[in-house]
Amino acid sequence: MKTKQFLSSAIALFTVAMLASCGGANNKQASNPVDLSGAGATFPEPFYTMVFDSFNIATGNTVSYGGIGSGGGVRNLKDKTVDFAASDAFLSDEEMGEMEDVIHIPTCMGAVVLAFNLPETQQLNLSGEVTADIFAGKIKKWNDPALAALNPNISLPDKDIIPVFRSDGSGTTFVFTHYLSQVSTEWQTKYGAAKSVDFPAGQAAKGNPGVAGIVKETPYSIGYVGSEYAFAQKLSMATMKNAAGNLVAPTISSISAAAQGDMPADTRTMITNSSNPEAYPISCLTWIIIYKEQAYNNRTKEQAKATLQLLDFILSPEVQKTAASINYAPLPETAVSNSLKNLKAATYNGKTLLQD
Amino acid sequence: MTKTIKLSPDSGFKIVLTSAAVFVPLVCGAVVLSLVTNSVDAFGKFGFFGFLFSSEWSQTPGSESYGALPFILGTLLTTLLALILCVPFSLSIALFNGEYYKGTTLAKTLGTIVDLLAGIPSVIYGLWGFYVLRPIVMTLGLSPQGSGILTASLVLTIMIIPYAASLSTEFIKMVPANLKEGAYSLGATRAEVLGKIVFPTAGSGIFSAFILAVGRALGETMTVTMLIGNTNQIPGSIYDTGNSMASIVANQFGEADGLKLSSLFAIALILFVITAIINIIGKIIIRRNAIKR
Repeated sequence: MKTKQFLSSAIALFTVAMLASCGGANNKQASNPVDLSGAGATFPEPFYTMVFDSFNIATGNTVSYGGIGSGGGVRNLKDKTVDFAASDAFLSDEEMGEMEDVIHIPTCMGAVVLAFNLPETQQLNLSGEVTADIFAGKIKKWNDPALAALNPNISLPDKDIIPVFRSDGSGTTFVFTHYLSQVSTEWQTKYGAAKSVDFPAGQAAKGNPGVAGIVKETPYSIGYVGSEYAFAQKLSMATMKNAAGNLVAPTISSISAAAQGDMPADTRTMITNSSNPEAYPISCLTWIIIYKEQAYNNRTKEQAKATLQLLDFILSPEVQKTAASINYAPLPETAVSNSLKNLKAATYNGKTLLQD
Repeated sequence: MTKTIKLSPDSGFKIVLTSAAVFVPLVCGAVVLSLVTNSVDAFGKFGFFGFLFSSEWSQTPGSESYGALPFILGTLLTTLLALILCVPFSLSIALFNGEYYKGTTLAKTLGTIVDLLAGIPSVIYGLWGFYVLRPIVMTLGLSPQGSGILTASLVLTIMIIPYAASLSTEFIKMVPANLKEGAYSLGATRAEVLGKIVFPTAGSGIFSAFILAVGRALGETMTVTMLIGNTNQIPGSIYDTGNSMASIVANQFGEADGLKLSSLFAIALILFVITAIINIIGKIIIRRNAIKR
């Protein structure tokens, strides 16, 4: 426990130091610029870096962000050493029970794509069941009848499939296995959905670059990679058969389509295997999590205000529009309107901070 | 009454020296302490030997179960294989530099290059292994995915050769010339001198050189992580993928929590102990050798 606290305070100290070293130049607008710190998911980090820069230009407040992984971010929020945590997985009821009230604010969308390396083809169709069987080690050859049925126009080779997965705990793994659990009861009972899963076949590598690197360099391999990374690297990506039975390629619009449906009030929902006929089925939201009561750990009212301001800024149509430029999908309207409502519920010493 | 304490510059310097010297063991102790306290949960839950000899690494929430065996085996297997593969190269270099071409420019150049190998950051070996050696392993058909115990061991071999070679060279050089000359004057051939004089005299030193090289291979993290395949199961053969103790910790600490984090600490502790034992054995042999002389 003590070491954990020490670790998180060391991380906080480090981020503060980073902030101090690169702050300086930009704080022109606000009379009392505030330094915010957050930590968590690496998946949205490029998006956040861009948004925090424009937030700094717009308000003078600086935000430092440590991409230490969703789990680490939530741990820091639990230890109250950060202003916000970023996570690819929403907190479970159980986790929320262990903490004071929190608010989940979705910030953008992404997906998990299946990158493959087949010298014979750049095109591949997959269904959820077949993907689950490949990663469960049940479909071992590329010319398996199940794969051939999905790809009638391609002659797939008689070669071993090499599944590639993440060796580190990751939200990407969670989203991917969550999808597999939705489409395959066998996957659900045997492996389940988690940040690290005991994949029975293939090999593993650290981070999206690690998996993408192995796939690129290994003929007849297939791996799951975050869409933001796969789009930027222009990897060969499989087209997925979605819940409506349509073959959908992963694109910004097909990812956004996955969240165009019912959205619960607290936005804590998984959008994998969306029923929307246009939707790419392995899509996901990513969240920023803050305490509902913003007065903790000697935080000032300005700090609390700036935190909410930042989230308000991220949800604004201008910022959402920029997401696509770096390969993230913007939030659909219901997600934004629900979140703005939730944001207004945040308080400082019991008093609300954001006005209508 | 008042007693003036005069600090001479000499005693001031002594204080600085002493505190600096005490600081390092203190840090070492603190590291061990935190490894032990953090691994208590895992050892408590699975039992010391239960953890050591369990091959299960199941992260499914609710039925978590962790055991270190696949990683201990992964580490020992890669290290052993690297050790076996490095012996012929290291010994040849040591004989070349310490006996056959002792003192020549050629030997000095070779020695410098070998020492240079020791200074290359491990990630560079990893990168070379990933982009050059892996495809070769794949084309040779040794394994379809290229990564695995064998690939990691091959690169480890190259990494530990300089450690074993340069220390062995020193020990071979130290074999007294009069012993060798005596043997030659009795009509011994070069092979006989090597087998009956050089190796018996330098033997324990050479052995300790390899022990220290093993110590280096045990803890190597980056290279192994890049090449071993990172699968948490006992490798069926050297062509299989696996995982080592160092790389499971490096891979999974970020998102680990609770029991899993404690298990990672436990693995780190085991690795620490194994490495410490290996190094101590090496040091003891070197010291015995020095005393003998």
